[in-house]
Order: sequence, then C-alpha cells, then structure tokens
Amino acid sequence: MIISSLGQGLLWAPLAIGVFITFRILDIPDLTTEGSFPFGAAITVSLMIKGQSAIVATIIGFLAGCVAGLVTGILDTKLKIPSLLAGILTMTGLYSINMHIMGKSNVPLLTQKVLTGYLPAGLTVDMQTIILGIIVVAIVIAVLYWLFKTRLGLSLMATGDNKNMSAANGINTDGMIIFGYMISNGLIALSGALIAQNNGYADIGMGIGTIVIGLASVLVGEIFLRGNNILVRLSAMVLGAIVYRFLLTVAMSLGFPADDLKILSAIILIIVICVPIIQNRIRTKRQLKKYLAQMEAEDDGSITSKTSAKSILSRD
Amino acid sequence: MEVLQVKHLQKVFFPGTRNERHVLKNINLNVYEGDFISVIGNNGAGKSTLMNAIAGTLSADAGEIDLVKHNVSKKSVAYRSQWMSRVFQDPKMGTAGDLTVMQNLVLAQSHTKTISLKRYQKKAAEEKYLALLRTLNMGLENFLNTQVKYLSGGQRQALSLLMATLSKPKLLLLDEHTAALDPKTSQEVMSITDNIVKEQQLTTMMITHKMSDALKYGNRLIMVQDGQIKLDVSGAQKNNLDKSELLQAFE
Repeated sequence: MIISSLGQGLLWAPLAIGVFITFRILDIPDLTTEGSFPFGAAITVSLMIKGQSAIVATIIGFLAGCVAGLVTGILDTKLKIPSLLAGILTMTGLYSINMHIMGKSNVPLLTQKVLTGYLPAGLTVDMQTIILGIIVVAIVIAVLYWLFKTRLGLSLMATGDNKNMSAANGINTDGMIIFGYMISNGLIALSGALIAQNNGYADIGMGIGTIVIGLASVLVGEIFLRGNNILVRLSAMVLGAIVYRFLLTVAMSLGFPADDLKILSAIILIIVICVPIIQNRIRTKRQLKKYLAQMEAEDDGSITSKTSAKSILSRD
Repeated sequence: MEVLQVKHLQKVFFPGTRNERHVLKNINLNVYEGDFISVIGNNGAGKSTLMNAIAGTLSADAGEIDLVKHNVSKKSVAYRSQWMSRVFQDPKMGTAGDLTVMQNLVLAQSHTKTISLKRYQKKAAEEKYLALLRTLNMGLENFLNTQVKYLSGGQRQALSLLMATLSKPKLLLLDEHTAALDPKTSQEVMSITDNIVKEQQLTTMMITHKMSDALKYGNRLIMVQDGQIKLDVSGAQKNNLDKSELLQAFE
C-alpha cells in the first residue's frame, strides 16, 4: 500500500509543484489546473496513438500545459480579468479542446510503449512507477531550484510578494505572472501525461477535482516540512503529494467506494487548511506561556507582572 | 539640465459624474539636476496625484512627462524605473516582505528590463551590501539573510531608502516616506535621507506634511494647492521663508 502510494504520489508531485508556483509564489488561486491536467493527458495519449514516442509525447504534453497557462496569464494581466475567473474561462474552453483532441471521452492506450517501458523489464510495475517518478521529480526540482537561484526566479518571487515594489524596481510584472502561469500549468499537464500513461488511458473527466488535490498536497507538504529554503519548499510538495495519496489509499482500504473519493479529497483539504491554523495558535500560546513564565521568574514577587501575565493569557 | 519636465498635466477623477474632481489643473514643472524639492500642500491638493502621475502608477489625462529627455507619458512604471526610484509612505510597500534583505537589495541593484539567468547571490556582493547596511546605522547588517517582514517599520523604511538609491536614479521620489514612523525614527530616517541625497547628489522630490522638514531640507520648495502649483521658491528665497509665512500661504 505504501509502495503504490509512493509511486502514485511521485507522479502527482509535478501537479503539487505546479499549484505551489501559482498558489504560493504568485499568490494566485489558478483554476486552469482542472483543464490543463486532462489537456496534458489528452495531447500525450493522442500523440502516442499516432505513433509518437512516449518521451516526445510527454514533453509536448508539458508544452501544451504551458500554452494553457499562457492563455490564462494573458486573460489575467492584459485583459484584466480577475485571476479566478480567468482560470475558469480557460478551464471551460479546454474541455471542448480536449474533446476535439481525443475525439471521444475516453481514449485507451493499446500496445504503445509508455515511459515506464523504457525501464528494465525485470522490475515490478510499482517499482517502475517509483523509479520513473523519482527521475521526473528530480529533473523538475533541479530545474526549478536553479531557476529560483537566478535573477529571473527572484523577480518571479518578488512579483508574487509585492507587485508595486517589483514594478518600481523595473520588473515586468505582467510578464512574470504570465511566466509563472506557464511553468505552473506545464507541470500540471506533465502530471496529467504521467497519470494517463500510468492508468493506460486519457479521460475527459480526469481533471475534475485536481485543484483540490493540488492544494491539499501543497498544504499537507507544508504541515510536514517547513522552511524558507526553496529546496525544502519544493521537497515538501513532493512529500505532500505522496502523503495525500497515502491518505486516499487508506480511505479506499477502509471500504469507501471510488465515487466517494472526491468528497474525501474535499474533506481532507478542509482538514489540512484548519490544521496549520490550530497548530499556529497552540504554538503561539505555548511560546507566550514560556515567555511569561520566564518574565515571572526574573522579577519574582512582583504582583503587577503576574496579574498582567494572567490577563494576557485569558484574552487569547 | 532638466531631469524632469512636466508639461500641461491634467487629471480629472470621475469625469461626467457628480463626484467629478479636477485634481491636476494644467501643471507645469521643471526639475533640474541636483534639485532637492520639498513638496507641501494640504490633503486633496493633488500632490500625491502629481507624484503618482510622475511615477507612472496613475496615467494623466492630458499633458506630457519627460524624464531625462524621454517622453514617458504612456510608459509603464517598470520602464520609468530606469531613471527613477520611489520610496512609499507605507514601509511595507517598498520592500518584498517574504524575501530576505539581501534578495531585496539584489532586486534594487539594477533596474534593467533584461531577463537574466545568472545566479544572483554572490559572496563579493554580500560584502558590499553589508558595508552599505552598516552606513544606515540601523543594525540592518545583522539581518542580511532575514526575511524583511521581521524588521521594524523604521528598519524597513531605511532599507527602502537604500534600495531606492542603489541604482543611482536620476530622480528620487519620496512620498511622505517618514509619515508612518514614530517621531524619533522619522527623524533618523530623514537625516539618513539627507545624507544619501547629499552624498550621491541625487535629484529628489519629497512630499512631506512636516513644515519643519520642508523648510530644513532641500534647496527648493513647492506648494501645491487646489491642483495647481501656488508657490515655487528656491535658493536664498527659500531659506528666508519661515513657518508662519508658509502657513499664511496655505490660507
């Protein structure tokens, strides 16, 4: 069970990292996700059926996601459509495009060689998935780590943090936002391409709920792994995707039918949104208590400090 | 030489409605190299609108703005930043809170529009930044790799000021940059400002509500009232001004 959620989680990790880039770095809730995920899957599977190799098809799937991000980015920055609506528009449009690409709502892969087919045949399917996942995730993290160490990556972070300040320092903020949308949705489409190959088919409905999966992975990852270092933050996303898959597998093994997975996803997301808030409150309280106890120890006997300490605590 | 030329600038808010307000009425202004201008005026006089129009965060309805002989009337904030820096009133506005002091300084180092794929953090630059931070006397040198959101308002504003001057701008805009600070810190930041401006001989426009600062600093004083420049004095004439005279002019 752990092995299979590890492999699955790694394939979902690019989605988590993609959502992280828009949601955390740019501070934008991007719903394009629900369209770009099946878009990547549709493009990749269709190309493979047409005889393209899995590697080329997957890369083109990634690029297709970038184009979807480009569209949302232009809607957002140039046409001034609110980002939430811009994402919904692209997502809705992509539904038709995906239908045109696939021709029907479900396209199975038949004898085509998928990415795991390039790995040694002696391994079990789970092992192959894990190795493929590790390779892809390592490449993604390495490239992003390098990116965020460059001036370009710094400009991207600054734009998400403070747009006014970034523009005042000569950064083309619209360009940065579009660029962020592009890599984000490229990674999401890449995840779609990997999952489709893993499942053996592309389905028009496979994008439903992906934004919830992505956000939950981001938040779960941040619960387990905290830090300001970009490498830690990216690794947290991978961990988040794996843990999230594990939670779902556990739920499935408890006997929940597959149809209930979406509501479980939603419930998990609600929980992981609340956990850090409660965690934070408890931590602050504990630290405050410690601090006040220290104060009390320092000037022992002073009544005023004791009463004020109590009044501060009771207010919280 | 003129660093900034403002020609026949007009701005009307909510035209055609009951709330119509003509905020800038045919403003003409020349700022010469080396000028340190204090801009005063009561609330709603239009000085902030003028500043925003010069900076590019607000587009004027008519007129022209030339920065170092370039017509920038229709250009973006990022484009204008090649020649211009700005320190905002709110210390949070001028710095990126989630980034470290170092990262903020790197961003302010050069206002180029080019996209660079070079690594930004270099050991040699670190030394230079540390030395610059030490000159501020705000203890910032101990926080080079700290996220800016953990700094105090005064430290953040001093950092904003350093960042704004790092790229050696032709024009420095200070938008009530000490207004959000307590009196003591406000004074400290003001004297740092004066030092930097003098040292680098920066052409500066400073909006202020403090009459005493307006009189004490700079070589020129502009009073904006009802969307027009009502008073523009410089040199000896400015030095002879006193507070009561200014307050009288306000009436």
